[in-house]
Amino acid sequence: MSAPSSAPESVFSRLEPRLPSVSKPIQYVGGELNSTVKDWDCAPEGDTVRWALMYPDAYEVGLPNQGVQILYEVLNERDWIVAERTYAVWPDLEQVMREDGIPQFTVDAHRPVREFDVFGLSFSTELGYTNMLNALDLAGIPLHAADRTDDDPIVLAGGHAAFNPEPIADFVDAAVLGDGEEVVVAISEVVRDWKGEGRPGGRDELLRRLAVSGNIYVPRFYDVAYAADGTIEAVVPNRPGIPFRVRKHTLMDLDAWPYPAKPLVPLAETVHERYSVEIFRGCTRGCRFCQAGMITRPVRERSIETIGDMVENGIRRSGFEEVGLLSLSSADHTEIGEVAKGLADRYDGSNVSLSLPSTRVDAFNITLANEFSRNGRRSGLTFAPEGGSERMRRVINKMVTEEDLIRTVATAYSHGWRQVKLYFMCGLPTETDDDVLAIAELAKQVIAKGREVSGRNDIRCTVSIGGFVPKAHTPFQWAAQLDHETTDERLKKLRDTVREDKRFGRAIGFRYHDGKPGTIEGLLSRGDRRVGRIIEEVWRDGGRFDGWSEHFSYDRWVASAERALAGTGVDLDWYTTRERDYDEVLPWDHLDSGLDKDWLWADWEDALAAADGADIEVEDCRWTPCYDCGVCPEMGTEIQIGPTGRKLLPLSVV
Amino acid sequence: MRDQPEQQAPPVQRLRIRYAKRGRLRFTSHRDFSRAFERAIFRARVPMAYSSGFNPHPRISYAGAAPTGAASEAEYLEIALAEVVDPTVIRAQLEEALPDGLDVLEVVESAGGALADLLQGSRWLIDLDVDSTRAQAAVAAFLATDGVPVQRMTKKGLREFDCRAAVIALAATERTGGVRLDLVLRHGAPAVRPDDVLSGLAAVADLKPVGAPLLTRLAQGPLDEATGTVGDPLSV
Repeated sequence: MSAPSSAPESVFSRLEPRLPSVSKPIQYVGGELNSTVKDWDCAPEGDTVRWALMYPDAYEVGLPNQGVQILYEVLNERDWIVAERTYAVWPDLEQVMREDGIPQFTVDAHRPVREFDVFGLSFSTELGYTNMLNALDLAGIPLHAADRTDDDPIVLAGGHAAFNPEPIADFVDAAVLGDGEEVVVAISEVVRDWKGEGRPGGRDELLRRLAVSGNIYVPRFYDVAYAADGTIEAVVPNRPGIPFRVRKHTLMDLDAWPYPAKPLVPLAETVHERYSVEIFRGCTRGCRFCQAGMITRPVRERSIETIGDMVENGIRRSGFEEVGLLSLSSADHTEIGEVAKGLADRYDGSNVSLSLPSTRVDAFNITLANEFSRNGRRSGLTFAPEGGSERMRRVINKMVTEEDLIRTVATAYSHGWRQVKLYFMCGLPTETDDDVLAIAELAKQVIAKGREVSGRNDIRCTVSIGGFVPKAHTPFQWAAQLDHETTDERLKKLRDTVREDKRFGRAIGFRYHDGKPGTIEGLLSRGDRRVGRIIEEVWRDGGRFDGWSEHFSYDRWVASAERALAGTGVDLDWYTTRERDYDEVLPWDHLDSGLDKDWLWADWEDALAAADGADIEVEDCRWTPCYDCGVCPEMGTEIQIGPTGRKLLPLSVV
Repeated sequence: MRDQPEQQAPPVQRLRIRYAKRGRLRFTSHRDFSRAFERAIFRARVPMAYSSGFNPHPRISYAGAAPTGAASEAEYLEIALAEVVDPTVIRAQLEEALPDGLDVLEVVESAGGALADLLQGSRWLIDLDVDSTRAQAAVAAFLATDGVPVQRMTKKGLREFDCRAAVIALAATERTGGVRLDLVLRHGAPAVRPDDVLSGLAAVADLKPVGAPLLTRLAQGPLDEATGTVGDPLSV
């Protein structure tokens, strides 16, 4: 952390002459509409607190990330905070930076990341870990937290993957669980006070102050002991005042935080070119595989009026003509019908189009779909039954019946839609070949029904399949992950079955990835601190951009795991394909998502009972009594849902 | 049968726009610019005319875009509108709606005809880090040669073409740390770009600057070959 009033020099003059030689240089220059550049010493009085925010993937993926955009805006709204953004650089620019000694920089003012007070990384996926190591190295920040000095920023991890930060515990100084809006400001206040007092006790004291809040996890203040069998014996604080468990953050009242209000508009092409509004946060549908649904409870809705205001402001400020209404299950908003109708009315006759990602089959209705397609084409609808057989869907507690699905797609096809996309998972607990082959039957029925109700032959169905990866803080956290060989075999059988049938083969598209990246994701998502050495080995061997199939190397991960785990008694399979017992201390047990571990275990047992035919369904606590998952009492939160009974009024003409 | 899409009304006004690509936004590619511009017209609520079809898009004609990485004071495009508007108002609105560095400089009503036909040549400034005396000798040698074949990798593979005939004027003047080339190029097929002329200078006189040259298009428009000047396409 730099001394006051020593604004670091921009690296742009060194970068600029080299940019013509790299691909898509526009991604490194910043200057996006609604981006912010502030003075290094912007605080009207006292110390300025400076954040470098990173989404550890390429700019085209990172820029649209809602989390980073929200925090960037929330932080920059304070006149005493500077927040800038940085992304993973592609290997061609990395080579240039290493040749010329150009450090990891922010795209806003091209300031070196090492000069900031906090280097915050948002991990939506574990596959960004090697990109973090590369950014730290390019920044000139020591890789290991233990080696950092008072001249280095606090390296802070957030995002869903931070609910088990143990695999990166050696590399991060701190991790934050849950919603970031309020805690980033709280962290900034701690940093400001500490700087204002003359930085007493150095970074150790700063980290201690963060840790004693009970809301920020500082791995160095916890010791992990391992038993002879390789499992964790205990995780305990190693100094006084440090809490035994660290709690997640929950933002209540989303209406008070209507961000992004100044959406970033990139010049470069990115993966999402639309304005997205989160219409609610959290989900209590209770799908057992879904980490997002477990760790973001309870459901908190944005009101219809705030949604309307955010959409109007967002499209006017950005120029995006596509609006996405985001959430984990968007059709579940208590007033989604009114929201859809109100927005469709407001933008009728314009080219503004609305989309509703993440729609459940059982929450879909044709009125809703008609509103969303009023200005656009009826090209495709997407549903995620996740499990191919009814048995499988009972195991994962996604109770969509075959009749539901067929009825829904029949309605869609009869109303002019021609294409349906279906998402499934392979490798779910207790799954057999038959469960996966049931996907083919389902897809065939969808096509047959579509042909029947529409009287046309150009009906298509695309089946997308992902490998299931067990995640921390879910009922499946104890489950054995399916090995990638069996995953690939099952998917091959499924593909052959679909293709065999000449009546349907060409109407059904088939998208899947091989199971190997899923195995590594599984290693990282349920790993402990010993996994950090594997990540480091992989990065040292050149591993980057593990979320990209053209960069991911399974062999490199396997070889690195063998080297890094030598002598520990555990291996890659131990982390992935091994089922855990009730008694095992899980690496994330000291991190409190609010979920009662006994409830999770009971839900896991229910899943296994459902697999054997038991008729057990966990219903949504939004409309049935509380089933004691533990979150609300543990976190002092409550469900916040409508209906408000209010409607969107027409916009007054400017 | 599928319903036919609604036919859009013909445009009632066409505006020609000159804009600049400056500073770090010179790295904006043409595709990047067109996306940014379409968002800007939506933000500015410009009453665009739309094409007919299942997926109507705003009627914008781009012409003669500078290569990615080159700065420009003279990029042009034409938009077709569904309502008659005041060009000065549109200029102010677009200026507000585009990021700094993509700057709208002029908006005028179209005089008719095709904009692309008016863009016959360009004047470029090229800043190079290279010895001035050597650069001047290279320019003299280049101008004294009838044909200078150069190669460039295109989408269709490596192409060889003459870069000399398109050069209407070329001069080198000394500047701090190097030299500035003042180049007037005739547009044509195959298109000769300023970097092709640099390849030509390397071919005839082994002129090899240190680092990347900075290219700036100063003007683009009707070409007066006798005087070697590039006129204003918006004032014809």
